[in-house]
Amino acid sequence: MRVLITGGTSMLGREVAAALSGRGDEVVMFQRSPGSEQYEQRLGDLADPAAVTAAMSGVDAVVHVGARVGIVGSWEAFAETNISGTANVVAAARAEGVSRMVYISSPSVAHAGKSLVGEGAGPADPDAARGHYSRSKATAELATLAASTDQFPVVAIRPHLIWGPGDTQLIGRIVDRARAGRLATIGSGMALIDTTYVTNAADAIVAALDRAPELEGRAFVVSNGQPRPVRELVERIVRAAGLEPPRLKVPFGVARAGGRVVETIWDRSEREDDPPMTSFLAEQLATAHWFDQRETRAALGWEPAVGLDEGFSRLRAWYESRSS
Amino acid sequence: MVDRLPDAAITPDADLGLDPAWSRVVTSTDSDGVVRSWHVLDNAVVNPRVTLVCVHGNPTWSFFWRQLLECGPSDVRVVAIDQLDMGYSERTGTSRRLAQRIDDLDSVIGRLAIEGSILLAAHDWGGPIAVGWALRNRRRVAGLVLLNTSLRLPAGVSVPRPIRLARSRFLVRLLTSATPAFVFGTTRFGGSKVGLRERRAYSRPYRTAARRRAIEFFVRDIPIEADHPSRDDLDKLVEDATTWSDVPVLIMWGSSDPVFGDQFLADLQRVLPQAAVHRYPGAGHLLPEDEDIATPIWDWLHQSGAEPSSATPSRPGQRLWDEIERRSDSDEVAIVEMKGAHSSTSISWRELARQVDEVAAGLRAIGVEQGDRVAALVPPGIDLTVCLFACWRMGAVTVIADAGLGVRGLGHAFASAQPHLVVGIPRGLLAAKTLGWGGKRILVGEATRLQHTLLGTTTTLADLQQLGAEGTPPDPPSPNSDAAILFTSGATGPAKGAVYKHRQLEAQVAALREVYAIAEGDSLVAAFAPFALYGPAMGMASAVPDMDVTQPGTLTASALCGAAGAIDATLVFASPAALVNVDKTETGVPPSLRTSLLGVRLLMSAGAPVPAELLRRVARLVPNAELHTPYGMTEVLPVADISLQGIKQAGGGNGVCVGEPVPGVEIAISPLDETGAATLDLTSAPGVSGEICIRAAHARERYDKLWATTSAASKPAGWHRSGDIGHLDDAGRLWVEGRMVHIIRTAAGVVTPVAIEHAVETVAGVTHAAAVGVGPPGTQQVVVVVATDERQRTGKLATLELSDAVRSVVSVDVAAVLTVPALPVDKRHNSKINRTRVAQWAERVLSGGKVGSP
Repeated sequence: MRVLITGGTSMLGREVAAALSGRGDEVVMFQRSPGSEQYEQRLGDLADPAAVTAAMSGVDAVVHVGARVGIVGSWEAFAETNISGTANVVAAARAEGVSRMVYISSPSVAHAGKSLVGEGAGPADPDAARGHYSRSKATAELATLAASTDQFPVVAIRPHLIWGPGDTQLIGRIVDRARAGRLATIGSGMALIDTTYVTNAADAIVAALDRAPELEGRAFVVSNGQPRPVRELVERIVRAAGLEPPRLKVPFGVARAGGRVVETIWDRSEREDDPPMTSFLAEQLATAHWFDQRETRAALGWEPAVGLDEGFSRLRAWYESRSS
Repeated sequence: MVDRLPDAAITPDADLGLDPAWSRVVTSTDSDGVVRSWHVLDNAVVNPRVTLVCVHGNPTWSFFWRQLLECGPSDVRVVAIDQLDMGYSERTGTSRRLAQRIDDLDSVIGRLAIEGSILLAAHDWGGPIAVGWALRNRRRVAGLVLLNTSLRLPAGVSVPRPIRLARSRFLVRLLTSATPAFVFGTTRFGGSKVGLRERRAYSRPYRTAARRRAIEFFVRDIPIEADHPSRDDLDKLVEDATTWSDVPVLIMWGSSDPVFGDQFLADLQRVLPQAAVHRYPGAGHLLPEDEDIATPIWDWLHQSGAEPSSATPSRPGQRLWDEIERRSDSDEVAIVEMKGAHSSTSISWRELARQVDEVAAGLRAIGVEQGDRVAALVPPGIDLTVCLFACWRMGAVTVIADAGLGVRGLGHAFASAQPHLVVGIPRGLLAAKTLGWGGKRILVGEATRLQHTLLGTTTTLADLQQLGAEGTPPDPPSPNSDAAILFTSGATGPAKGAVYKHRQLEAQVAALREVYAIAEGDSLVAAFAPFALYGPAMGMASAVPDMDVTQPGTLTASALCGAAGAIDATLVFASPAALVNVDKTETGVPPSLRTSLLGVRLLMSAGAPVPAELLRRVARLVPNAELHTPYGMTEVLPVADISLQGIKQAGGGNGVCVGEPVPGVEIAISPLDETGAATLDLTSAPGVSGEICIRAAHARERYDKLWATTSAASKPAGWHRSGDIGHLDDAGRLWVEGRMVHIIRTAAGVVTPVAIEHAVETVAGVTHAAAVGVGPPGTQQVVVVVATDERQRTGKLATLELSDAVRSVVSVDVAAVLTVPALPVDKRHNSKINRTRVAQWAERVLSGGKVGSP
């Protein structure tokens, strides 16, 4: 099978590529700028229909990882990449006769900021989703799954908080802040948060690709199924990087109020860097987020191969190899 | 003036949530031969096995019965009739009395084309009407289901205040028909939690004064006065019902009904003593709004009204008082009550036998009948023993409510048991009086006239004895009659009363004698409340040590030695909490006093898990004793037994080894399905975990006024479902893994807490551990909560080091390790961890809620 992976330079894109090529599939990467030369690369922007169509030629399947992530930027910027870009991928894939697609989504498309305790995968809801990222991903997921047919089956995979060695999003930010002495525990730090070790997410995506015809039109939340108190997760990440855990504690109310202030400043000044705190992030860090994985595992025929302990020791090894 | 047929054509609006297909209008003649239209809800099941006809009360309508229409079995037709002038039935403009209403019901039932037998369900005013119809049609009636209703005003009960108010000459029209006050009041102040939608549905057919007229007539037809026109009809009805002893009856009762209180339930039971009863604490007048009534009704129908009971026949036993009677010529000591270090009160067998006989006769003399209930608020000792054995001897049922239940728990127990008589010490009676715990009161001890007035008593136990001294001892009750109701604290909800028949208590005494080889010459120190009673039944001299029995932790080593010395004890029974304190206070005991424990051959401890380490420590005090811990529960004791030696041999495993079943007890395991529910597919295969089921001649008969609970706990028939989870091993020993309510239902399967807790308690610094589940059943996460030897003020996340240490000793994925200042324990035993509370706390903090401590 010849599989096109969009957003191939991301950590998840790389791991999906590795998993596919590892079992003998041919991998083609679609990305904005040249990256590893291990795979065939087709360059272009998701927002450019012609580039996307060109990339799709001769491809059997597509894994759409590419997206604009984060919490800063205008709605237009998120919509262009995540909604129009995804529409381009779907249109091109259908035009080029691609046989199946996996769309990488997020659990946040179905859930507002409340506490999630053993939740399943509800339908995406752009109206309820919070923030530009979640809303644009929700809109795109609805449109993509609506385009799913027997001839062109689409499955949405929603991994929750992907991390692993080399991750610049979750792990990178936590470690950077810890290094700068700016990392704090929000609230009690006891809220249970489920995460996904990156290779597990990649395996789940490959499983979804294989079973796309039977799972067509459905969305699955994917995680390690090992929720941990948020403070424990942060401490383990920081220790893996060889640093000391945070001493600073910020009550939830203070963090949320501070977040609101920061949001206003960032909005007015149109800064492009990440704000230190937002009210949404404060809520995310102070409420539980974990999921019922039974249906996902049964449907995909997949189990996470790397447990948290193994994941953290790989992370530590990676940091140690970098410092030596 | 009266709108007739057009009105009857009105049917319930679609938004009431009733299936429109159920609604239809039935035309028939009323009691006066006039053609009328009735609105009925009918699920129209064809070829039914039985038809359930439901008769509502005042001021409700068939909406009340919707639960039964919604989820009936496929072979039961359910028809709920709106009475004339009520609900959506025709407004006749007449005022109808009880006799007419029975005729009306007869007429409409005749037009329903019912083949086969009829089961009647009735509520409130529907009760007398339905029972009246049933009495006329006995051969067609398969049974009666009665909900919060009454056939008469019970003797000694005043008219309930809401009825008195509604019936008052000046207010009756204003409250019942001119305004919707009575309609609204029923849903708002009836003790039931009725949602807004349902409140509107109840009042929908009663929107105008004209449509409410029958509500007023119903209230006026309550025959409070002796010369009331319906009085004779109702009296006759009660008289006939009393003699109809072969009709199966199920009474379901909301206990927080401001009109039909528990006294009405007790009275209804007197009229229909054969009734299976389920009383719902906290539910109100509109029971179906508070509880699922459908499941118990179908279950009851399925069992054709049979009261589930333990099927195991018992060997013809010795009566409870036989050993006392046998020693009635003996001047040896029967019971010693220790008071302080050097003082005690005792009674000889001769005196005990005499007092039991005299009090028994005295109880009869003041009008106590066989089957009447007598509650004792007396600490263990001579008076309690006399009182209980006297009750048993004359056939009264003793209500034994452990003071450890606390005031609230005792209140629940009294409200449920409705004792006729309360025997108590002044403190107990004062509580009974101030808290309104029913029954006539008998004082234990001397009292001045003022004290009598304060306590609301006129009679003392001594008076009873004197009263009975002249009389002959009354006839003993049959072994098959109820003997005792035991209330102990439940893991969840209000205390349940376990009912024992005489033959079951007799079998229990026999089982204990056999298991512990109790013989002539044995004597007992009973520091465990229930067991204080068994000494005399086994013919053993007994001593009650100087302690506060409601606080087992108050037993000191010296008090134990003192009691043992008083009777040359060979047996000691104490709870683990008591032994902990005995161990703590051991050093203060002078060597001269210690020798009194040298004759002890057996020390038993039960009531909560007994740590082997504790037994080992206590063994130093009783060097010649074997140490045993029986396993059992309020509903059946003993079930199994193990010695300290046996615990050593069993070693470690999944759970706590409680030993082999004692003679006469069968143990089987009901394996769990993937959702963690017991399958009832009993097995005795080793290594299979599931709910522990027990069959024994000394198991409880039923739960008092909890028919549905008894039914659920007696499956398969004749077995008692313990609510404990465990397994049998290759050697036939039972291992207890925890409580069914505490099992953790993870995505990977069912996990039981005890083995995890034991493993975690081996981690350095951990003193106590609780393993609980958080999240929805089936995908729960395991959380370990520990108390450590470090002091802290609130709950906290454990350090990474402690978390790692905890996870390294258990084999399941542990989502979080939390530390707390202390784990909450059961007040009564002071050693059972309240995992339910721990789980609720963990659920809260792990979803980001306020921390505090459990």
